[in-house]
Amino acid sequence: MGSATSDTPASEPAARGRKPLTDAAETGLKIVVVGGFGVGKTTLVRSVSEIRPLNTEEVMTQAGVGVDETDGVRGKTTTTVAFDFGRISLNDRLVLYLFGAPGQERFWFLWDRLFSGTLGAVVLVDTRRMDDSWYAIDRLEHHRTPFVVAVNRFDDDTARHSLDEIRLALALPEHVPLIDCDARVRTSGKHVLVTLVDHLYQLALAQESTP
Amino acid sequence: MTRRPVDTGAPDRLYTVTGGRSRADDSFDLVTLVVAECEPSPGMQSEHVRILELCRHPTAVVEIAAELALPITVIRILLGDLLATGTITARHPRLAQSAAASHPDTALLQEVLHGLRNL
Repeated sequence: MGSATSDTPASEPAARGRKPLTDAAETGLKIVVVGGFGVGKTTLVRSVSEIRPLNTEEVMTQAGVGVDETDGVRGKTTTTVAFDFGRISLNDRLVLYLFGAPGQERFWFLWDRLFSGTLGAVVLVDTRRMDDSWYAIDRLEHHRTPFVVAVNRFDDDTARHSLDEIRLALALPEHVPLIDCDARVRTSGKHVLVTLVDHLYQLALAQESTP
Repeated sequence: MTRRPVDTGAPDRLYTVTGGRSRADDSFDLVTLVVAECEPSPGMQSEHVRILELCRHPTAVVEIAAELALPITVIRILLGDLLATGTITARHPRLAQSAAASHPDTALLQEVLHGLRNL
C-alpha cells in the first residue's frame, strides 16, 4: 500500500492525448449504433467522434432467465461483452456518446442496459448480410426505441439493391427513415446522426401536439 | 504506448479491487459525468486515486472504465465509494431511467441538432 502516488507516469492521462470535456459539461446523451459483425459500427463511430473510439467491457452476471443457450449451467452465467464508444461535444453543456453495440441475439442483455435512456438508435445494414439486421430491428421496436436505418454501401457490393428493395426486405414501416451512407466518411456519418435526431424531433413534436 | 490494463479479466483481481463486493451502485449511468471534488489523499486505493485524477474535468462513467481498463460494474462500485465519502459529485443524465416512457423534449433535441450540424 501507500504506492498510490508512486505511479505518476502512468497516471497522467493528459500526457497521452486524452481530451477532457469542458468543466461546464453537465448532460451526457446516448445514441446506440447497432448492427452485425463487420458492418462498420466502429468505423461510423470513429468518423464522427472527437476522440479515438475507446473500448470497454461489461461483465454480466445474470441470475438466470433464458441466458444464452449454454443451458444446464444456471448460476454460472458470467459473460463479458466488449463495446466501443466515441464522443461528440455538442456544446459546452451537452455531450453525446455513441455506442457501437453488437446486434446478435446473444447480446440482448447488454442492449437492455445500453438502451436505457438512449435518445435513439442507428441500425447499420450491410446488404450482403441483411439477416443480421432483423433481430436488431425487432428488439428496438420491442423497446420502443426510435431508430433510423442506414445502409453502409460497401464498394464490393455488386447487387446495389435500391432503398425501396431494402425497405421491403427488412419489412421496415414507412415512417422509419432509411438512408444510404458511407461509414468511413465524416460528413456521411454526420448526416446519419442528423437524420436520426431530426426523426426524434419530429416524433417529439407530434407527441407534444397531442395532449 | 498504451498503458498496461489494470485488469486482464482475472476474476480474483476484480475481487480485490472491489473488496469482494459485486453489487454496483445503479444510479451511475454509462454517461453520468463524474467530477472530482478533491485531490487524492495518501493511502487511498490506487483505483480511487486514478478516478480522482481522471475526473479533474467531467468524465463519463464509460470513459473512466475504458481508461482504467475495468468493467463498468467494477467502476460503479468504486464510484459508489467515492460518492459516499463526498470526494466526487455526479451529473446524471436527464433521461436516465426509462427509454420508452419519457421522450426527450423538443428543446433538447433542437440543441442536439444544432450541435450536430455545427460539427
